[in-house]
Amino acid sequence: MNKKQKKMLIRILAAAAMMVLLAVLPVDGYLRFGLFMIPYLVIGYDILKKAWKGILNRQVFDENFLMAVATLGAILLGDYSEGVAVMLFYQVGELFQSYAVGKSRRNISDLMDIRPDYANLERDGVLEKVDPDEVEIGSVIIVQPGEKVPIDGIIIEGKTALNTSALTGESLPRDVSVGDEIISGCINMTGLIRIRTTKEFGESTVSKILELVENSSSRKSKSENFISKFARYYTPAVCYGAVALAILPPLVRMLFLSLSPEWGDWIYRALTFLVISCPCALVISIPLSFFAGIGGASKAGVLVKGSNYLETLSQTRTVVFDKTGTMTQGVFEVSDVHHGTIDSDLLLEYAALAESASSHPISKSLQRAYGKPIDRSRVTDIEEISGNGVTAKVDGHLIAAGNARLMERLGVTYKDCHQAGTVVHIAIDGTYAGHILISDLIKPTAAESIQALKRSGVKKTVMLTGDAKRVADQVAAGLGFDEVYSELLPADKVAKVEELLSGKNDSEKLAFVGDGINDAPVLSRADIGIAMGAMGSDAAIEAADIVLMDDDPLKVAKAIRISRKCIRIVYQNIWFAIGVKAVCLILGAFGIANMWMAIFADVGVMILAVLNAIRALFVEKL
Amino acid sequence: MKKTYKIDVDCANCANKMEEATKKTAGVKDATVSFMTLKMIVEFEDGADPKAVMPVVLKNCKKVEDDCEIFF
Repeated sequence: MNKKQKKMLIRILAAAAMMVLLAVLPVDGYLRFGLFMIPYLVIGYDILKKAWKGILNRQVFDENFLMAVATLGAILLGDYSEGVAVMLFYQVGELFQSYAVGKSRRNISDLMDIRPDYANLERDGVLEKVDPDEVEIGSVIIVQPGEKVPIDGIIIEGKTALNTSALTGESLPRDVSVGDEIISGCINMTGLIRIRTTKEFGESTVSKILELVENSSSRKSKSENFISKFARYYTPAVCYGAVALAILPPLVRMLFLSLSPEWGDWIYRALTFLVISCPCALVISIPLSFFAGIGGASKAGVLVKGSNYLETLSQTRTVVFDKTGTMTQGVFEVSDVHHGTIDSDLLLEYAALAESASSHPISKSLQRAYGKPIDRSRVTDIEEISGNGVTAKVDGHLIAAGNARLMERLGVTYKDCHQAGTVVHIAIDGTYAGHILISDLIKPTAAESIQALKRSGVKKTVMLTGDAKRVADQVAAGLGFDEVYSELLPADKVAKVEELLSGKNDSEKLAFVGDGINDAPVLSRADIGIAMGAMGSDAAIEAADIVLMDDDPLKVAKAIRISRKCIRIVYQNIWFAIGVKAVCLILGAFGIANMWMAIFADVGVMILAVLNAIRALFVEKL
Repeated sequence: MKKTYKIDVDCANCANKMEEATKKTAGVKDATVSFMTLKMIVEFEDGADPKAVMPVVLKNCKKVEDDCEIFF
């Protein structure tokens, strides 16, 4: 508790003690009034002051005004203890709220406790702690066991196990050694390592993630906007209702029914109206639910860029996957060379050289299979034909490496492959020279993740891929996809997603899951773009609405379940708070609900709603 | 131009009111106030000087919620 809260607690305890004392003290008349004014002022002086200032600033209808009028009214009617009690419980509620909010703020910032405070630079053999901001790209930093990796880089010395759980939610440590790229935010567990930094601190993964999480609550959801709008009309409406309740029925009784007006009774009812009318439960619990939901999600390695995305994600009924990198590991291995007219190794060498300029996973696998350093000077005139392949001059030969479409385009007759995988056909100087079969490993959790999505209420799963139809169909059937579209160019994927978007109902949302490489346009076109395995990929973090830190497709279903839980809590709170208030307002109008019930409708509901909201933080068992 | 400021305020509804008041201030194009993170993100109109606008924003916020603070 902070100082402000402690002071409030003391005021509450003092006022409560005086109340108990006064309840048993046999005093009457002005003395009784005077004695009750002591706890009233102790507990409520700041509310009265704020209400007065509100009136001066022409901001009449706020909680302070409501509470001031309700309590003063009750005291004037002679219900001293109720007047003081309303103020007391209102303050208890406020204290609880401020404590709960502060607690969850701290909770969530602890979850995201990945901000490194310093980096170790070695200068003349002495370790020096510096601000990570001051470390330039290409510097060598040292990370000791137990320290956080402050900046993204490549290990140049040492090996260790990294704890990535703060980033990915994954508890198994990751073993890394010389040459591995590592990202900031991980914790070094076992050995001392030296890292050559590849980014500035501000561009490092840890900064990007913190920025993303810190800004997430500024993108407000529809529910939050609804509540702030609701609060803006609701409070004045109830106030006018209270005035009407205080004046109209007595007038009607007096003038038309010739009964006694019973002013006191009706004013009392109007005052209970005012107490009930405070919208605190709603205005605090809805943003708190989203905040807790986003916090809980980030604990599970799912970064959500805003409450609005959490809301949309919960309505997802169609999930579209890009195959490579999401369902498959995106690590391609050359598995065979077929129909080679020249030596297989030479064929591989030509292919690797022709593709040497590309960073596509397929090209990388060719280069890996070739195994030797690439001499770029042997390659000229590289031309990339998007979605087809490349042509280049290697050692004076015109090499074409790519898929069947490239061969057709060049008018080369090729031989089809009968095995599943990606086929790179090679033509040398316009004659077919064979093909290289590259297969991509399916992730172990791929099939399970499609099952999990179905169980979480997703109606349709779709796979998009640039691969050949036969391969795509085989993979899709094995994993249990409902639909598959193959042989798509990057632009076709956008068109396909647009087609799927227009083919569905507006209230059912479509999510696209990609690995962030080449699919930024699709990520931004879908209702919700989910990028996975995003550790280190800035483009994906920029383009996506939701970022999965590791590359496990099961997290997609988990993210959806987290969002569902959060939205369920939001709706529970909206209905519960509005429902209880509505019932109490009606009971109050008929004189059945007294001030005590009104206090429950205000403070009790708020406390319950806040406790419910905090549930959104717990996502482990989903 | 967008800038983020740290704020201090005690209740969620007050934060909403601050957001309204800020949006209505001259020189401010758009604003969001997050009660949960206690942050205010202000998008200024082209040519508006944050140093001149922010004191007015604070004054307007004080009008709707006396017990608030913006750190700029």
